[in-house]
Amino acid sequence: MRLAILDNGHSFSTKMLFAIIRAASRHPTPEPLKLMKYRPDFFGAPMQKLMNEAMRGPSAWSVADRELMAAYISKANRCEYCTKAHAAVAALAYRDDAKATAVLVDLESAPIEAPLRATLRMLGKLAVNQTISADDVRSVLVAGASREQVSDALAVCFALNVIDRLANAFAFAVPGREAFAAGAKFLLSRGYG
Amino acid sequence: MSDIAQARASLLLRLLEGDGHASPRERRAAFNDIELEPPVSGLVDKVAKDADSVSADDIKAAIQSGFTEDQIFELIVCAAVGEADRQHNAALAVLDAATAGP
Repeated sequence: MRLAILDNGHSFSTKMLFAIIRAASRHPTPEPLKLMKYRPDFFGAPMQKLMNEAMRGPSAWSVADRELMAAYISKANRCEYCTKAHAAVAALAYRDDAKATAVLVDLESAPIEAPLRATLRMLGKLAVNQTISADDVRSVLVAGASREQVSDALAVCFALNVIDRLANAFAFAVPGREAFAAGAKFLLSRGYG
Repeated sequence: MSDIAQARASLLLRLLEGDGHASPRERRAAFNDIELEPPVSGLVDKVAKDADSVSADDIKAAIQSGFTEDQIFELIVCAAVGEADRQHNAALAVLDAATAGP
């Protein structure tokens, strides 16, 4: 972390929580948790509510689909930490390690349905170009996604556009595969709230 | 259908109008990526437009210019949320236009 307060500026009770998490998981305290628990009234608490609604709220998209969107958006934002973290959750949710990997390697040849592929294409364009056109949206609708699904995907994009920027700006340390797998189990069972 | 409108409004209200170490004017300027002085303006602009390029030196320079770590924390958060918010609003407007009736 590039700000010392995000490593060691937390309250005593939060530091105790981190110690318990490290002991139970045998992995370092997850970087997003350090961010969310630093002065949580300012950012973490309201952002966690938003994340949970976008990633776990009612939607025609599955949790796995939304985690895959999160990984794909993060890749477009060049955020290594969030790409790996959400790809791990997507793999666990799909019970398929290969699907998320295939999407991140080559969206166009990955084994996914047309509405999801078109939606990912639109989200990637929004993240990279910071804008999309009506034709981009129509392509998603023509592929079979509903208006509500497009709106839900844009909610995921909002959340990740925030978190990816913060992960990159604060320089989240990227742990090994086992730490992401442990984090994925937690996020899949407990969500973001 | 998920609905982040209320959560988004609560987040923005807290960041821009609640208590903070940076002033409300500074937080709003970071959110809008305008009207801040160098070197903080450069840091905020990078967070908004190319966060991958933010360096330790960018943050060090901002702190050496007189801002505390808590103020920098708040301004970076506001810059990230501000850019995400602009993109989201623009995308929702495009969605409305694309699905508007004849």
